[in-house]
Amino acid sequence: MVVKVRIPTPLRRLTNGREILEITAADLGQGIESMETQFPGLKERLCDEEGEIRRFVNIYVNGEDVRFLQGLATSLEAGDEVSIVPAVAGG
Amino acid sequence: MSYTKALRCRECGREYSLEPIHVCEFCFGPLEVVYDYAAMAGGVTRENIILGPYSMWRYRDLLPVGEGEVVDINAGFTPLIPANNLGRTLGLKNLYLKNDCVNPSYSFKDRVVSVAATKAREFGFKTLACASTGNLACAVAAHGAKAGLETYVFIPADLEQGKIVGAAIYGPTLVAVEGSYDEVNRLCSELADRYPWAFVNINIRPYYAEGSKTLGYEVAEQLGWRAPDWAIVPVASGSMFTKIYKGFKELEHIGLLNNGVDTHMVVAQARGCSPIVNAFEQETLNIRPVKPHTIAKSLAIGNPADGYYALKTIRESHGAAVAVMDPEVVEGMKLLAETEGIFAETAGGVAIAALKHLVAADAIGAEDVTVVYVTGSGLKTQEAVADALGPRLVIKPTVHSFEEAVKEAGKVVP
Repeated sequence: MVVKVRIPTPLRRLTNGREILEITAADLGQGIESMETQFPGLKERLCDEEGEIRRFVNIYVNGEDVRFLQGLATSLEAGDEVSIVPAVAGG
Repeated sequence: MSYTKALRCRECGREYSLEPIHVCEFCFGPLEVVYDYAAMAGGVTRENIILGPYSMWRYRDLLPVGEGEVVDINAGFTPLIPANNLGRTLGLKNLYLKNDCVNPSYSFKDRVVSVAATKAREFGFKTLACASTGNLACAVAAHGAKAGLETYVFIPADLEQGKIVGAAIYGPTLVAVEGSYDEVNRLCSELADRYPWAFVNINIRPYYAEGSKTLGYEVAEQLGWRAPDWAIVPVASGSMFTKIYKGFKELEHIGLLNNGVDTHMVVAQARGCSPIVNAFEQETLNIRPVKPHTIAKSLAIGNPADGYYALKTIRESHGAAVAVMDPEVVEGMKLLAETEGIFAETAGGVAIAALKHLVAADAIGAEDVTVVYVTGSGLKTQEAVADALGPRLVIKPTVHSFEEAVKEAGKVVP
């Protein structure tokens, strides 16, 4: 499945400045592996030593936080949009 | 004078120069301003603070701004009120209210935005922006107007009317987003990557967040340079909560307090959006985000960015975390208004309801110096209490009609 991934500014140094990546993957975990193959170093930015999504990283599939879906096992369909967003303060 | 040194990642400790960035490029941890405390301890005295302006800017030397003019609409140095009536009702002899309703745009957000707008101008930005649950929208719009910056404010479309009007009056481009605050925030993070804007709670966040330290400084100064025994704080993202504690600790560290900081820090949330309280109750530091459903919209952040640090602050300070139901929020607002004459927004009702829980659980001693932070005005969230108020007597302009109506309402005319 070809999906689009939106890369936030702090990671673009690793993606040669690219804002959108197109990847082929059946689920989010595979998607991260596929990005890691293209741009080594990306995975350790997103995932901790246990392989879980880091505390201050939010990943959305079509606008929904994957922690409300199946986390890294969240399946991806052709045309889905994945967005990686650092946590921000609020109010 | 400024004692800032650098930005540092709170997770991995990597340092960065003082730029408009907020996230560690390596681990995505949040960046925080680092100060030269040794120099600060030598340079900052109670005397210069006391001689400063009657606003948060009396603590200028403890804030991350340069030497130029600050964007100032007189935020801060709000009253700390001895709450004798409410204290008597609850059996507390040293209860105080930090009344931040009386800030220029009627919430504590003026403190953080005054710093953020100042930094935005220092960095040369032309546009000030934010994602907001409402109070921040008002503060950004007001300070943007004062600073002469173009202003974009993004809010969830279902906000209370008082917050929409309270922001729109200052003439920003107000964007109502059909979605929750967490969705507005995600959108703004994406926009912040595309536009060269100063998003106060995104790329300016490390500076912005420091403004809340003044809520700690002021309370300590107003108590006679002492940190309280208890601080009860309504919590959304957790940022202000952690910064109040940081404010107490900094004053202690630079030798301006008469006591050591032994303050129990209490997180108050509405049960309909209590991800931090939930984690505390489950004895974990891992926050599980929630979908908010509460009348306390200013606290309706389901994915609190500083939740982890708020939990650590509770642990370090031997504090507590309390969640309250929406009807208790309304009762809390009414109790505060009826005993102390302060009309707080829903978040204030949350804090008062949490205080009642702690008193019922015998957690707070009768003599303990207890401060409840009341962080925003009730005029902005009138919808929350409108139905619970009464009686409202409607009469003809005659004495007879008045007396009939009073009798019907079961009132005794004194």
